[in-house]
Amino acid sequence: MITRRDFIKYSLQGIAAIAVPLTAIEIINPSRLFASKDTKKVRWGFLVDTQKCVGCGLCVRACKLENETPYDANVSRTWVERYVLTKDGKVFADSPKAARDGFITDKIELGHGKLEEIKKDDIEKAFFVPKLCNQCENPPCVQVCPVGATYQTDDGVVLVDRKWCIGCGYCIMACPYGVRFFHPAYGTAEKCNFCYHRIKKGMKTACVEACPFGARMIGNINDPADEVGKIIRIERVSVLKDEFGTKPQVYYRGLSKEVR
Amino acid sequence: MKSHIWRPLYAVIGIVAIILIVRVFIVPESFGVHEKGYMYGWYNKSDENYWKEFKVKYRSSGYCKDCHSDNYSSIMQTPHAIIQCENCHGPAIDHPENPAKLDINRSREQCLRCHSYLPYMQSDRSKIRGIDPDKHNPGIECVNCHNPHKPSLESLK
Repeated sequence: MITRRDFIKYSLQGIAAIAVPLTAIEIINPSRLFASKDTKKVRWGFLVDTQKCVGCGLCVRACKLENETPYDANVSRTWVERYVLTKDGKVFADSPKAARDGFITDKIELGHGKLEEIKKDDIEKAFFVPKLCNQCENPPCVQVCPVGATYQTDDGVVLVDRKWCIGCGYCIMACPYGVRFFHPAYGTAEKCNFCYHRIKKGMKTACVEACPFGARMIGNINDPADEVGKIIRIERVSVLKDEFGTKPQVYYRGLSKEVR
Repeated sequence: MKSHIWRPLYAVIGIVAIILIVRVFIVPESFGVHEKGYMYGWYNKSDENYWKEFKVKYRSSGYCKDCHSDNYSSIMQTPHAIIQCENCHGPAIDHPENPAKLDINRSREQCLRCHSYLPYMQSDRSKIRGIDPDKHNPGIECVNCHNPHKPSLESLK
């Protein structure tokens, strides 16, 4: 038989034990604590200037050829969206063939072969928005991978292991930005990786290199002298879908609320 | 305990042991938890090399300028100086070894990427001198009259 005194004692002890947060019993790893304070660490970031983008699509073409994405397949690691907002409040957006061939007509693609012609006088605002992988600080695509085939490198780039990927497609569903797709030849998840082979050699990504107008920039945003890092710190920039808490590292100048 | 309990238990233990042995051979040694922790850094570290060693195809204009210095310096005098050589001439890869000759894109569509006029004021596209492709000599290649290396209208052929 349990006495009343013991019952109260054990109950209080039990409640106290439950109240201890999980973090209080985590063993602190000194090396990880040190690394988290290290500002010398490389962190790749990207800056897009939507005013400078003219929708030529040379970046998409360069990306497809550089990264061996099948040229005529309707998938791409990066793409350019066109937004046309009309005076009566309608929003039109299209990206024919991921803008691989640019935008050479003022007709907006509505899908199923339908085109919408918008008169010049009806346009309130119209602009182009290049999109690519945001290399999130908290990448949901990595979190959901059941086999550890997609991962975040030390310098913040999210890569896919083609030998390890089982093609379940969880990551494609998890990405709020829709940047992932199945590679038609490998059958594994595919995404923009900031041209990891180029940035590791000190080169710029293929899209940045191809852009004649300087609408795309890449840099190590932890470096105080880096141009991209400077602009992000000093100027007004925004990110896509901030409310998802993914901490995207592709920053935009001149975004509009209609851009999703 | 009775054998009808032990026998399936042995089978289960055996299967688990086989899985663990197979795992030792299949899973590479570099597979595990790395810098970013279990949630974001559980992967095969050696796969980073696959992406680091991926073939570079676009070599940028700096790669072209020593051998093709006359073409390089002439285009640098024009507004087309901002366009990288490889945007029209194609990726250099290992040129001149591979490929020996680059396939130049001289199509009308290539020029229209920028020079088809679109009245989009929130984009610098509206500031580029452009034409209406349906009205300006439709069906004729731009390079028949315009020289992309000397694009000014005064130097029309």
